[in-house]
Amino acid sequence: MSVEAPSILSTQSPARPSSNAAVIRIENLVVEYPGRGIGQRATTAVKDLNLEVYQGEVFGFLGPNGAGKTSTMQVLLGFQPPTRGAASIFGVDVRQPIARQRIGYLPEMTYYYKFLTSEELLRFYGRIFRIPRPELEVRIDSALKLVELEEARKRLIRTYSKGMQQRIGLAQALINNPDLLILDEPTSGLDPLGRMKVREIIQRLRSEGKTVLFSSHELGEVETVCDRIAIIHRGELQVLGRVADLVEEHQMDLERIFLKIIGYGMNHQREQRA
Amino acid sequence: MNRIRASISTIWAVSGIVIKELYRRKDFYVLFVVTAVITLMMASVNFFHEGKIVRYLKDICLLLIWISALVIAIATTARQLPAERESRTIFPLLAKPVTRGQVVVGKFLGCWLACGIALVVFYVFFGVICLAKQDHIGFWQYFQAIWLQWGMLAIVIGMVLLGSVVFSAPSANATICFVAVVSILILGSHLHKIAITEPEPLSVLLSSLYFLIPHLEWFYAVRDRLVFDQNLIPWVDCLLATLYAAAYVAIFLCGTWMLFRRRVLTT
Ligand SMILES: Nc1ncnc2c1ncn2[C@@H]1O[C@H](COP(=O)(O)OP(=O)(O)OP(=O)(O)O)[C@@H](O)[C@H]1O
Ligand SMILES: [Mg+2]
Repeated sequence: MSVEAPSILSTQSPARPSSNAAVIRIENLVVEYPGRGIGQRATTAVKDLNLEVYQGEVFGFLGPNGAGKTSTMQVLLGFQPPTRGAASIFGVDVRQPIARQRIGYLPEMTYYYKFLTSEELLRFYGRIFRIPRPELEVRIDSALKLVELEEARKRLIRTYSKGMQQRIGLAQALINNPDLLILDEPTSGLDPLGRMKVREIIQRLRSEGKTVLFSSHELGEVETVCDRIAIIHRGELQVLGRVADLVEEHQMDLERIFLKIIGYGMNHQREQRA
Repeated sequence: MNRIRASISTIWAVSGIVIKELYRRKDFYVLFVVTAVITLMMASVNFFHEGKIVRYLKDICLLLIWISALVIAIATTARQLPAERESRTIFPLLAKPVTRGQVVVGKFLGCWLACGIALVVFYVFFGVICLAKQDHIGFWQYFQAIWLQWGMLAIVIGMVLLGSVVFSAPSANATICFVAVVSILILGSHLHKIAITEPEPLSVLLSSLYFLIPHLEWFYAVRDRLVFDQNLIPWVDCLLATLYAAAYVAIFLCGTWMLFRRRVLTT
Protein backbone atom coordinates (compact mmCIF):
# COMPACT_ATOMS: atom_id res chain seq x y z
CA MET A 1 0.00 0.00 0.00
CA SER A 2 1.23 3.48 -0.73
CA VAL A 3 2.65 5.29 2.30
CA GLU A 4 0.93 8.56 1.59
CA ALA A 5 -2.46 6.99 1.25
CA PRO A 6 -4.11 8.71 4.23
CA SER A 7 -3.07 12.17 3.13
CA ILE A 8 -4.29 11.57 -0.39
CA LEU A 9 -7.79 10.79 0.76
CA SER A 10 -9.15 14.26 0.49
CA THR A 11 -10.92 15.14 3.68
CA GLN A 12 -12.97 18.08 2.50
CA SER A 13 -16.37 17.07 1.29
CA PRO A 14 -16.74 17.29 -2.48
CA ALA A 15 -17.90 20.59 -3.82
CA ARG A 16 -21.36 19.75 -5.01
CA PRO A 17 -23.36 22.11 -2.88
CA SER A 18 -26.36 22.23 -5.17
CA SER A 19 -27.34 18.66 -4.41
CA ASN A 20 -25.70 16.56 -1.79
CA ALA A 21 -28.00 13.60 -2.00
CA ALA A 22 -25.88 10.48 -2.35
CA VAL A 23 -27.19 8.44 -5.26
CA ILE A 24 -24.74 5.63 -4.54
CA ARG A 25 -23.55 4.91 -1.04
CA ILE A 26 -21.04 2.18 -0.31
CA GLU A 27 -20.15 1.45 3.32
CA ASN A 28 -17.32 -0.82 4.44
CA LEU A 29 -17.93 -3.03 1.46
CA VAL A 30 -16.07 -6.33 1.32
CA VAL A 31 -16.42 -8.64 -1.67
CA GLU A 32 -14.89 -12.09 -1.51
CA TYR A 33 -14.97 -14.87 -4.05
CA PRO A 34 -14.89 -18.31 -2.44
CA GLY A 35 -11.91 -20.40 -3.43
CA ARG A 36 -12.67 -23.12 -5.92
CA GLY A 37 -11.74 -26.59 -4.79
CA ILE A 38 -10.28 -27.70 -1.48
CA GLY A 39 -7.41 -25.72 -0.01
CA GLN A 40 -7.90 -22.76 -2.32
CA ARG A 41 -8.00 -19.46 -0.50
CA ALA A 42 -10.83 -17.06 -1.12
CA THR A 43 -10.00 -14.00 -3.23
CA THR A 44 -10.79 -10.68 -1.67
CA ALA A 45 -11.75 -8.46 -4.56
CA VAL A 46 -12.85 -5.43 -2.51
CA LYS A 47 -11.64 -4.52 1.00
CA ASP A 48 -13.53 -2.11 3.20
CA LEU A 49 -14.57 0.27 0.51
CA ASN A 50 -16.33 3.49 1.46
CA LEU A 51 -17.63 5.66 -1.31
CA GLU A 52 -20.42 8.06 -2.09
CA VAL A 53 -21.47 9.30 -5.47
CA TYR A 54 -23.67 12.37 -5.46
CA GLN A 55 -26.52 13.37 -7.64
CA GLY A 56 -25.46 15.05 -10.86
CA GLU A 57 -21.79 14.18 -10.76
CA VAL A 58 -19.59 12.23 -13.12
CA PHE A 59 -17.50 9.88 -11.06
CA GLY A 60 -14.44 8.10 -12.42
CA PHE A 61 -13.64 4.73 -10.91
CA LEU A 62 -10.01 3.88 -11.58
CA GLY A 63 -7.63 1.12 -10.74
CA PRO A 64 -5.34 -1.38 -12.39
CA ASN A 65 -6.63 -4.67 -13.80
CA GLY A 66 -8.08 -6.82 -11.07
CA ALA A 67 -8.43 -3.90 -8.65
CA GLY A 68 -12.08 -4.68 -7.93
CA LYS A 69 -13.96 -2.15 -10.06
CA THR A 70 -16.22 -4.63 -11.80
CA SER A 71 -16.82 -6.51 -8.55
CA THR A 72 -17.99 -3.30 -6.88
CA MET A 73 -20.36 -2.53 -9.74
CA GLN A 74 -21.76 -6.05 -9.66
CA VAL A 75 -22.60 -5.66 -6.01
CA LEU A 76 -24.28 -2.34 -6.78
CA LEU A 77 -26.50 -4.05 -9.34
CA GLY A 78 -27.34 -6.93 -7.06
CA PHE A 79 -25.68 -9.69 -9.08
CA GLN A 80 -23.90 -10.83 -5.98
CA PRO A 81 -24.49 -10.01 -2.33
CA PRO A 82 -21.83 -8.05 -0.43
CA THR A 83 -19.73 -10.39 1.69
CA ARG A 84 -19.73 -7.71 4.40
CA GLY A 85 -20.74 -4.09 4.54
CA ALA A 86 -23.57 -2.45 2.68
CA ALA A 87 -24.36 -0.54 -0.45
CA SER A 88 -27.38 1.40 -1.55
CA ILE A 89 -28.62 3.07 -4.70
CA PHE A 90 -31.15 5.90 -4.46
CA GLY A 91 -31.26 5.13 -0.74
CA VAL A 92 -32.42 1.54 -1.25
CA ASP A 93 -30.21 -1.34 -0.14
CA VAL A 94 -28.89 -3.18 -3.17
CA ARG A 95 -30.12 -6.46 -1.71
CA GLN A 96 -33.67 -5.22 -2.13
CA PRO A 97 -35.17 -5.13 -5.59
CA ILE A 98 -33.88 -1.69 -6.51
CA ALA A 99 -35.29 1.03 -8.70
CA ARG A 100 -33.92 -0.44 -11.90
CA GLN A 101 -36.32 1.60 -13.96
CA ARG A 102 -33.97 4.57 -13.50
CA ILE A 103 -30.63 2.83 -14.01
CA GLY A 104 -28.62 2.26 -17.16
CA TYR A 105 -25.87 -0.34 -16.98
CA LEU A 106 -23.15 -1.15 -19.46
CA PRO A 107 -21.43 -4.40 -18.48
CA GLU A 108 -17.94 -5.30 -19.64
CA MET A 109 -17.30 -8.00 -22.24
CA THR A 110 -20.90 -8.80 -23.13
CA TYR A 111 -21.85 -10.65 -26.29
CA TYR A 112 -25.41 -9.59 -27.00
CA TYR A 113 -27.87 -12.06 -28.51
CA LYS A 114 -26.10 -12.66 -31.76
CA PHE A 115 -29.17 -13.86 -33.62
CA LEU A 116 -30.86 -10.46 -33.24
CA THR A 117 -30.26 -7.21 -35.07
CA SER A 118 -29.34 -4.17 -33.01
CA GLU A 119 -32.76 -2.70 -33.72
CA GLU A 120 -34.46 -5.81 -32.34
CA LEU A 121 -32.19 -5.89 -29.34
CA LEU A 122 -33.10 -2.33 -28.39
CA ARG A 123 -36.77 -3.03 -29.01
CA PHE A 124 -36.55 -6.00 -26.64
CA TYR A 125 -34.94 -3.94 -23.87
CA GLY A 126 -37.35 -1.09 -24.51
CA ARG A 127 -40.31 -3.41 -24.08
CA ILE A 128 -38.96 -4.45 -20.68
CA PHE A 129 -39.05 -0.79 -19.66
CA ARG A 130 -42.59 -0.63 -21.06
CA ILE A 131 -41.76 2.33 -23.27
CA PRO A 132 -44.77 2.91 -25.54
CA ARG A 133 -44.16 1.76 -29.10
CA PRO A 134 -44.06 5.07 -31.04
CA GLU A 135 -41.85 6.63 -28.36
CA LEU A 136 -39.62 3.55 -28.36
CA GLU A 137 -39.07 3.75 -32.11
CA VAL A 138 -37.99 7.37 -31.75
CA ARG A 139 -35.59 6.45 -28.96
CA ILE A 140 -34.15 3.53 -30.90
CA ASP A 141 -33.51 5.81 -33.86
CA SER A 142 -31.77 8.39 -31.76
CA ALA A 143 -29.78 5.85 -29.72
CA LEU A 144 -28.51 4.14 -32.84
CA LYS A 145 -27.66 7.50 -34.32
CA LEU A 146 -25.82 8.49 -31.17
CA VAL A 147 -23.59 5.41 -31.23
CA GLU A 148 -23.36 5.52 -35.03
CA LEU A 149 -24.84 2.15 -35.77
CA GLU A 150 -27.57 3.36 -38.14
CA GLU A 151 -26.06 1.62 -41.13
CA ALA A 152 -25.80 -1.68 -39.29
CA ARG A 153 -29.16 -1.55 -37.57
CA LYS A 154 -30.69 -4.32 -39.65
CA ARG A 155 -27.66 -6.60 -39.51
CA LEU A 156 -27.37 -9.49 -37.09
CA ILE A 157 -25.18 -8.71 -34.09
CA ARG A 158 -23.27 -11.89 -34.98
CA THR A 159 -21.60 -9.89 -37.76
CA TYR A 160 -20.54 -6.96 -35.55
CA SER A 161 -16.97 -6.00 -34.72
CA LYS A 162 -15.85 -5.66 -31.12
CA GLY A 163 -16.27 -1.90 -31.13
CA MET A 164 -19.73 -2.19 -32.66
CA GLN A 165 -20.71 -4.60 -29.89
CA GLN A 166 -19.50 -2.07 -27.36
CA ARG A 167 -21.56 0.63 -29.08
CA ILE A 168 -24.74 -1.39 -29.00
CA GLY A 169 -24.03 -1.96 -25.31
CA LEU A 170 -23.91 1.76 -24.75
CA ALA A 171 -27.11 2.24 -26.73
CA GLN A 172 -28.95 -0.29 -24.56
CA ALA A 173 -27.73 1.43 -21.39
CA LEU A 174 -29.27 4.70 -22.60
CA ILE A 175 -32.57 3.36 -23.95
CA ASN A 176 -34.61 4.11 -20.81
CA ASN A 177 -33.20 7.62 -20.40
CA PRO A 178 -31.81 6.68 -16.96
CA ASP A 179 -31.00 8.99 -14.07
CA LEU A 180 -28.02 6.91 -13.00
CA LEU A 181 -25.56 5.31 -15.38
CA ILE A 182 -23.11 2.65 -14.30
CA LEU A 183 -20.68 2.11 -17.14
CA ASP A 184 -17.95 -0.52 -16.94
CA GLU A 185 -15.17 0.64 -19.26
CA PRO A 186 -17.44 2.36 -21.78
CA THR A 187 -14.61 3.24 -24.16
CA SER A 188 -12.94 -0.16 -24.24
CA GLY A 189 -12.52 -1.34 -27.80
CA LEU A 190 -13.59 1.95 -29.34
CA ASP A 191 -11.66 3.92 -31.95
CA PRO A 192 -10.55 7.51 -31.20
CA LEU A 193 -13.71 8.94 -32.72
CA GLY A 194 -15.84 6.53 -30.71
CA ARG A 195 -14.03 7.54 -27.53
CA MET A 196 -14.64 11.17 -28.25
CA LYS A 197 -18.30 10.41 -28.82
CA VAL A 198 -18.53 8.64 -25.46
CA ARG A 199 -16.93 11.63 -23.76
CA GLU A 200 -19.47 13.87 -25.41
CA ILE A 201 -22.31 11.60 -24.36
CA ILE A 202 -21.13 11.60 -20.75
CA GLN A 203 -20.77 15.37 -20.77
CA ARG A 204 -24.22 15.77 -22.21
CA LEU A 205 -25.65 13.46 -19.55
CA ARG A 206 -24.04 15.58 -16.88
CA SER A 207 -25.53 18.72 -18.34
CA GLU A 208 -28.91 17.02 -18.08
CA GLY A 209 -28.30 16.46 -14.38
CA LYS A 210 -27.73 12.71 -14.56
CA THR A 211 -25.32 10.82 -12.36
CA VAL A 212 -22.62 8.74 -14.02
CA LEU A 213 -20.29 6.23 -12.41
CA PHE A 214 -17.81 4.79 -14.85
CA SER A 215 -14.63 2.79 -14.76
CA SER A 216 -11.87 3.42 -17.21
CA HIS A 217 -8.21 2.92 -17.98
CA GLU A 218 -8.05 6.04 -20.14
CA LEU A 219 -6.71 8.61 -17.72
CA GLY A 220 -6.81 11.40 -20.26
CA GLU A 221 -10.52 11.03 -20.80
CA VAL A 222 -11.10 10.67 -17.08
CA GLU A 223 -9.31 13.94 -16.52
CA THR A 224 -11.52 15.76 -19.01
CA VAL A 225 -14.94 14.45 -18.04
CA CYS A 226 -14.88 13.53 -14.35
CA ASP A 227 -15.93 15.71 -11.44
CA ARG A 228 -14.38 13.34 -8.95
CA ILE A 229 -12.36 10.18 -9.13
CA ALA A 230 -11.46 7.27 -6.92
CA ILE A 231 -8.45 5.06 -7.46
CA ILE A 232 -8.57 1.61 -5.95
CA HIS A 233 -5.72 -0.83 -5.82
CA ARG A 234 -6.05 -4.47 -4.74
CA GLY A 235 -9.56 -3.73 -3.53
CA GLU A 236 -8.57 -0.82 -1.32
CA LEU A 237 -9.44 2.80 -1.85
CA GLN A 238 -6.25 4.80 -2.32
CA VAL A 239 -7.34 8.17 -3.62
CA LEU A 240 -10.61 10.03 -3.65
CA GLY A 241 -11.21 13.57 -4.71
CA ARG A 242 -11.61 16.16 -7.43
CA VAL A 243 -9.19 15.81 -10.32
CA ALA A 244 -8.03 19.42 -10.16
CA ASP A 245 -7.42 19.22 -6.40
CA LEU A 246 -5.43 16.02 -6.73
CA VAL A 247 -3.29 17.40 -9.52
CA GLU A 248 -2.58 20.51 -7.48
CA GLU A 249 -1.93 18.60 -4.29
CA HIS A 250 0.54 16.20 -5.88
CA GLN A 251 2.08 18.56 -8.39
CA MET A 252 1.84 15.90 -11.06
CA ASP A 253 -0.65 14.79 -13.68
CA LEU A 254 -3.22 12.08 -13.14
CA GLU A 255 -1.22 9.42 -14.89
CA ARG A 256 1.77 9.99 -12.60
CA ILE A 257 -0.48 9.92 -9.56
CA PHE A 258 -2.00 6.69 -10.75
CA LEU A 259 1.36 5.06 -11.34
CA LYS A 260 2.62 6.21 -7.99
CA ILE A 261 -0.41 4.77 -6.22
CA ILE A 262 -0.01 1.37 -7.75
CA GLY A 263 3.64 1.47 -6.73
CA TYR A 264 5.09 1.59 -10.20
CA GLY A 265 7.19 4.72 -9.78
CA MET A 266 9.08 3.44 -6.75
CA ASN A 267 9.93 0.05 -8.20
CA HIS A 268 10.91 1.70 -11.42
CA GLN A 269 13.27 4.13 -9.71
CA ARG A 270 14.72 1.34 -7.60
CA GLU A 271 15.32 -0.72 -10.74
CA GLN A 272 16.96 2.22 -12.43
CA ARG A 273 19.23 2.80 -9.47
CA ALA A 274 20.26 -0.84 -9.29
CA MET B 1 -53.17 -4.79 -11.60
CA ASN B 2 -50.55 -2.66 -13.27
CA ARG B 3 -47.81 -4.79 -11.76
CA ILE B 4 -49.36 -7.92 -13.25
CA ARG B 5 -49.60 -6.28 -16.68
CA ALA B 6 -45.97 -5.19 -16.46
CA SER B 7 -44.95 -8.67 -15.43
CA ILE B 8 -46.80 -10.29 -18.30
CA SER B 9 -45.32 -7.93 -20.84
CA THR B 10 -41.81 -8.63 -19.52
CA ILE B 11 -42.33 -12.39 -19.63
CA TRP B 12 -43.71 -12.02 -23.12
CA ALA B 13 -40.67 -10.00 -24.24
CA VAL B 14 -38.25 -12.60 -22.82
CA SER B 15 -40.12 -15.42 -24.53
CA GLY B 16 -40.07 -13.54 -27.83
CA ILE B 17 -36.27 -13.75 -27.85
CA VAL B 18 -36.37 -17.54 -27.51
CA ILE B 19 -38.81 -17.87 -30.39
CA LYS B 20 -36.68 -15.65 -32.62
CA GLU B 21 -33.68 -17.75 -31.72
CA LEU B 22 -35.43 -20.95 -32.78
CA TYR B 23 -36.34 -19.79 -36.24
CA ARG B 24 -33.01 -18.15 -36.87
CA ARG B 25 -31.02 -21.25 -36.01
CA LYS B 26 -30.67 -24.20 -38.32
CA ASP B 27 -31.54 -27.08 -35.94
CA PHE B 28 -35.24 -26.91 -36.58
CA TYR B 29 -34.93 -26.83 -40.36
CA VAL B 30 -32.48 -29.73 -40.34
CA LEU B 31 -34.79 -31.91 -38.25
CA PHE B 32 -37.77 -31.00 -40.39
CA VAL B 33 -35.97 -31.82 -43.62
CA VAL B 34 -34.71 -35.13 -42.21
CA THR B 35 -38.22 -36.08 -41.11
CA ALA B 36 -39.69 -35.08 -44.45
CA VAL B 37 -37.06 -36.85 -46.51
CA ILE B 38 -37.30 -40.13 -44.60
CA THR B 39 -41.09 -40.09 -44.75
CA LEU B 40 -41.16 -39.31 -48.45
CA MET B 41 -38.62 -42.04 -49.17
CA MET B 42 -40.75 -44.52 -47.28
CA ALA B 43 -43.78 -43.38 -49.22
CA SER B 44 -42.10 -43.79 -52.60
CA VAL B 45 -40.58 -47.21 -51.96
CA ASN B 46 -43.13 -49.95 -51.62
CA PHE B 47 -41.72 -51.88 -48.69
CA PHE B 48 -44.97 -53.11 -47.27
CA HIS B 49 -48.16 -54.77 -48.34
CA GLU B 50 -50.38 -52.24 -50.08
CA GLY B 51 -53.13 -52.38 -47.50
CA LYS B 52 -50.92 -51.61 -44.57
CA ILE B 53 -48.63 -49.04 -46.13
CA VAL B 54 -50.58 -45.98 -45.05
CA ARG B 55 -50.60 -47.14 -41.48
CA TYR B 56 -46.86 -47.87 -41.44
CA LEU B 57 -46.13 -44.58 -43.09
CA LYS B 58 -48.13 -42.70 -40.50
CA ASP B 59 -46.48 -44.70 -37.77
CA ILE B 60 -42.98 -43.81 -38.94
CA CYS B 61 -43.78 -40.18 -39.65
CA LEU B 62 -45.27 -39.71 -36.19
CA LEU B 63 -42.34 -41.44 -34.55
CA LEU B 64 -39.97 -39.07 -36.33
CA ILE B 65 -42.10 -36.11 -35.30
CA TRP B 66 -41.97 -37.24 -31.67
CA ILE B 67 -38.23 -37.65 -31.73
CA SER B 68 -37.64 -34.34 -33.54
CA ALA B 69 -39.91 -32.45 -31.17
CA LEU B 70 -38.11 -33.90 -28.17
CA VAL B 71 -34.73 -33.01 -29.61
CA ILE B 72 -35.84 -29.46 -30.38
CA ALA B 73 -37.41 -29.00 -26.94
CA ILE B 74 -34.45 -30.38 -25.02
CA ALA B 75 -31.72 -28.73 -27.09
CA THR B 76 -33.41 -25.32 -27.10
CA THR B 77 -34.24 -25.31 -23.41
CA ALA B 78 -30.95 -26.70 -22.17
CA ARG B 79 -28.93 -23.82 -23.56
CA GLN B 80 -31.18 -20.91 -22.53
CA LEU B 81 -29.97 -20.03 -19.03
CA PRO B 82 -26.35 -21.22 -19.54
CA ALA B 83 -26.08 -19.10 -22.70
CA GLU B 84 -27.34 -16.04 -20.85
CA ARG B 85 -24.52 -16.47 -18.38
CA GLU B 86 -21.89 -17.50 -20.90
CA SER B 87 -22.45 -14.46 -23.12
CA ARG B 88 -23.10 -12.34 -20.01
CA THR B 89 -26.39 -10.99 -21.36
CA ILE B 90 -27.92 -11.94 -18.03
CA PHE B 91 -26.25 -8.82 -16.57
CA PRO B 92 -27.80 -6.12 -18.76
CA LEU B 93 -31.06 -8.06 -18.55
CA LEU B 94 -31.20 -8.25 -14.75
CA ALA B 95 -30.01 -4.64 -14.46
CA LYS B 96 -33.41 -3.76 -15.93
CA PRO B 97 -36.72 -4.08 -14.13
CA VAL B 98 -36.80 -7.85 -14.57
CA THR B 99 -36.93 -10.37 -11.75
CA ARG B 100 -35.24 -13.73 -11.95
CA GLY B 101 -38.65 -15.37 -11.70
CA GLN B 102 -39.78 -13.52 -14.80
CA VAL B 103 -36.66 -14.68 -16.62
CA VAL B 104 -37.42 -18.31 -15.71
CA VAL B 105 -41.08 -18.10 -16.72
CA GLY B 106 -40.22 -16.15 -19.89
CA LYS B 107 -37.68 -18.74 -20.93
CA PHE B 108 -40.14 -21.54 -20.27
CA LEU B 109 -42.90 -19.85 -22.21
CA GLY B 110 -40.58 -19.04 -25.10
CA CYS B 111 -39.34 -22.62 -25.40
CA TRP B 112 -42.86 -23.98 -25.15
CA LEU B 113 -44.32 -21.63 -27.75
CA ALA B 114 -41.37 -22.24 -30.05
CA CYS B 115 -42.01 -25.99 -29.77
CA GLY B 116 -45.69 -25.37 -30.45
CA ILE B 117 -44.86 -23.59 -33.69
CA ALA B 118 -42.52 -26.40 -34.68
CA LEU B 119 -45.22 -28.98 -33.91
CA VAL B 120 -47.75 -27.23 -36.11
CA VAL B 121 -45.29 -27.23 -39.01
CA PHE B 122 -44.59 -30.93 -38.51
CA TYR B 123 -48.27 -31.83 -38.29
CA VAL B 124 -49.11 -29.85 -41.41
CA PHE B 125 -46.60 -32.01 -43.22
CA PHE B 126 -48.14 -35.12 -41.65
CA GLY B 127 -51.57 -33.97 -42.77
CA VAL B 128 -50.38 -33.48 -46.32
CA ILE B 129 -48.94 -37.00 -46.37
CA CYS B 130 -52.23 -38.42 -45.07
CA LEU B 131 -54.24 -36.51 -47.66
CA ALA B 132 -51.93 -37.63 -50.44
CA LYS B 133 -52.55 -41.23 -49.40
CA GLN B 134 -56.30 -40.56 -49.33
CA ASP B 135 -56.47 -41.23 -45.64
CA HIS B 136 -58.95 -39.32 -43.57
CA ILE B 137 -58.26 -37.97 -40.11
CA GLY B 138 -60.73 -35.65 -38.45
CA PHE B 139 -59.83 -32.14 -37.35
CA TRP B 140 -60.44 -32.88 -33.70
CA GLN B 141 -58.22 -35.92 -33.80
CA TYR B 142 -55.45 -33.66 -35.09
CA PHE B 143 -56.16 -31.15 -32.45
CA GLN B 144 -55.95 -33.73 -29.67
CA ALA B 145 -52.71 -35.13 -31.04
CA ILE B 146 -51.02 -31.76 -31.21
CA TRP B 147 -52.40 -30.57 -27.91
CA LEU B 148 -51.41 -33.62 -25.90
CA GLN B 149 -47.97 -33.79 -27.45
CA TRP B 150 -47.52 -30.10 -26.72
CA GLY B 151 -48.61 -30.73 -23.13
CA MET B 152 -46.04 -33.47 -22.79
CA LEU B 153 -43.37 -31.16 -24.20
CA ALA B 154 -44.27 -28.61 -21.52
CA ILE B 155 -43.31 -31.15 -18.85
CA VAL B 156 -40.08 -31.96 -20.67
CA ILE B 157 -39.19 -28.28 -21.06
CA GLY B 158 -39.83 -27.63 -17.36
CA MET B 159 -37.64 -30.57 -16.47
CA VAL B 160 -34.79 -29.44 -18.73
CA LEU B 161 -35.01 -25.88 -17.41
CA LEU B 162 -34.64 -27.22 -13.88
CA GLY B 163 -31.75 -29.35 -15.09
CA SER B 164 -30.04 -26.31 -16.55
CA VAL B 165 -29.70 -24.72 -13.11
CA VAL B 166 -28.68 -28.01 -11.46
CA PHE B 167 -26.05 -29.24 -13.92
CA SER B 168 -23.42 -26.77 -15.02
CA ALA B 169 -22.80 -28.14 -18.52
CA PRO B 170 -25.71 -27.78 -20.96
CA SER B 171 -24.64 -30.85 -22.91
CA ALA B 172 -24.64 -33.02 -19.80
CA ASN B 173 -28.05 -31.68 -18.87
CA ALA B 174 -29.44 -32.33 -22.36
CA THR B 175 -28.09 -35.89 -22.40
CA ILE B 176 -29.38 -36.74 -18.94
CA CYS B 177 -32.81 -35.30 -19.69
CA PHE B 178 -33.04 -37.09 -23.03
CA VAL B 179 -32.18 -40.43 -21.45
CA ALA B 180 -34.66 -39.76 -18.62
CA VAL B 181 -37.47 -38.85 -21.03
CA VAL B 182 -36.89 -41.85 -23.29
CA SER B 183 -36.69 -44.19 -20.28
CA ILE B 184 -39.97 -42.85 -18.95
CA LEU B 185 -41.61 -43.24 -22.36
CA ILE B 186 -40.46 -46.86 -22.63
CA LEU B 187 -40.43 -48.09 -19.03
CA GLY B 188 -42.66 -45.64 -17.20
CA SER B 189 -45.83 -47.71 -17.23
CA HIS B 190 -44.03 -50.95 -16.36
CA LEU B 191 -42.19 -49.68 -13.30
CA HIS B 192 -44.76 -50.77 -10.77
CA LYS B 193 -45.09 -54.18 -12.42
CA ILE B 194 -41.33 -54.63 -12.19
CA ALA B 195 -41.47 -53.39 -8.62
CA ILE B 196 -43.69 -56.29 -7.52
CA THR B 197 -41.21 -58.88 -8.74
CA GLU B 198 -38.20 -57.29 -7.06
CA PRO B 199 -36.94 -57.84 -3.46
CA GLU B 200 -37.79 -55.44 -0.66
CA PRO B 201 -35.65 -52.25 -0.81
CA LEU B 202 -35.59 -52.13 -4.60
CA SER B 203 -39.30 -52.68 -4.91
CA VAL B 204 -40.08 -49.75 -2.62
CA LEU B 205 -37.66 -47.60 -4.55
CA LEU B 206 -39.20 -48.56 -7.89
CA SER B 207 -42.75 -48.01 -6.81
CA SER B 208 -41.97 -44.64 -5.26
CA LEU B 209 -40.21 -43.74 -8.49
CA TYR B 210 -43.36 -44.83 -10.30
CA PHE B 211 -45.41 -42.37 -8.28
CA LEU B 212 -42.90 -39.52 -8.62
CA ILE B 213 -42.03 -39.44 -12.30
CA PRO B 214 -44.17 -37.55 -14.77
CA HIS B 215 -45.84 -40.26 -16.85
CA LEU B 216 -45.04 -38.99 -20.30
CA GLU B 217 -46.07 -42.34 -21.82
CA TRP B 218 -49.72 -41.53 -21.05
CA PHE B 219 -49.46 -38.72 -23.56
CA TYR B 220 -47.81 -41.01 -26.06
CA ALA B 221 -51.01 -43.02 -26.30
CA VAL B 222 -52.49 -40.30 -28.49
CA ARG B 223 -50.12 -41.33 -31.25
CA ASP B 224 -51.68 -44.78 -31.57
CA ARG B 225 -55.07 -43.19 -31.98
CA LEU B 226 -53.87 -41.32 -35.05
CA VAL B 227 -52.14 -44.35 -36.53
CA PHE B 228 -55.01 -46.72 -36.08
CA ASP B 229 -57.74 -44.21 -36.89
CA GLN B 230 -59.40 -44.76 -33.59
CA ASN B 231 -62.02 -42.56 -32.05
CA LEU B 232 -61.37 -39.34 -30.19
CA ILE B 233 -59.99 -39.49 -26.69
CA PRO B 234 -62.70 -38.48 -24.22
CA TRP B 235 -62.44 -34.73 -23.60
CA VAL B 236 -62.45 -35.28 -19.85
CA ASP B 237 -59.28 -37.31 -20.20
CA CYS B 238 -57.73 -34.54 -22.28
CA LEU B 239 -58.56 -32.05 -19.58
CA LEU B 240 -57.11 -34.27 -16.87
CA ALA B 241 -53.93 -34.80 -18.88
CA THR B 242 -53.65 -31.02 -19.33
CA LEU B 243 -54.00 -30.44 -15.60
CA TYR B 244 -51.49 -33.20 -14.93
CA ALA B 245 -48.97 -31.50 -17.23
CA ALA B 246 -49.66 -28.09 -15.67
CA ALA B 247 -49.00 -29.47 -12.19
CA TYR B 248 -45.62 -30.89 -13.18
CA VAL B 249 -44.69 -27.69 -15.01
CA ALA B 250 -45.52 -25.70 -11.88
CA ILE B 251 -43.36 -27.97 -9.73
CA PHE B 252 -40.41 -27.79 -12.12
CA LEU B 253 -40.65 -24.02 -12.54
CA CYS B 254 -40.81 -23.48 -8.79
CA GLY B 255 -37.73 -25.62 -8.36
CA THR B 256 -35.89 -23.75 -11.09
CA TRP B 257 -36.85 -20.41 -9.61
CA MET B 258 -35.78 -21.36 -6.09
CA LEU B 259 -32.34 -22.45 -7.28
CA PHE B 260 -31.86 -19.61 -9.76
CA ARG B 261 -33.06 -16.92 -7.35
CA ARG B 262 -30.17 -17.49 -4.95
CA ARG B 263 -27.53 -18.17 -7.57
CA VAL B 264 -24.51 -15.86 -7.47
CA LEU B 265 -24.21 -15.06 -11.14
CA THR B 266 -20.63 -13.89 -11.14
CA THR B 267 -19.03 -17.21 -10.28
N1 LIG C 1 -15.90 -14.74 -10.60
C1 LIG C 1 -14.75 -14.60 -9.92
N2 LIG C 1 -14.27 -15.61 -9.20
C2 LIG C 1 -13.12 -15.48 -8.51
N3 LIG C 1 -12.40 -14.36 -8.48
C3 LIG C 1 -12.84 -13.31 -9.17
C4 LIG C 1 -14.03 -13.37 -9.94
N4 LIG C 1 -14.23 -12.17 -10.54
C5 LIG C 1 -13.20 -11.39 -10.16
N5 LIG C 1 -12.36 -12.08 -9.35
C6 LIG C 1 -11.15 -11.53 -8.72
O1 LIG C 1 -11.47 -10.35 -8.06
C7 LIG C 1 -10.50 -9.35 -8.26
C8 LIG C 1 -11.13 -8.09 -8.81
O2 LIG C 1 -11.67 -8.34 -10.09
P1 LIG C 1 -12.51 -7.27 -10.90
O3 LIG C 1 -13.08 -7.94 -12.09
O4 LIG C 1 -13.45 -6.60 -9.97
O5 LIG C 1 -11.36 -6.24 -11.34
P2 LIG C 1 -11.47 -4.96 -12.25
O6 LIG C 1 -11.01 -3.81 -11.41
O7 LIG C 1 -12.77 -4.84 -12.88
O8 LIG C 1 -10.33 -5.24 -13.34
P3 LIG C 1 -10.28 -4.88 -14.91
O9 LIG C 1 -9.70 -3.53 -15.02
O10 LIG C 1 -9.33 -5.90 -15.44
O11 LIG C 1 -11.63 -5.01 -15.46
C9 LIG C 1 -9.46 -9.97 -9.17
O12 LIG C 1 -8.37 -10.39 -8.37
C10 LIG C 1 -10.13 -11.17 -9.77
O13 LIG C 1 -9.20 -12.21 -9.96
MG1 LIG D 1 -13.47 -4.86 -14.81
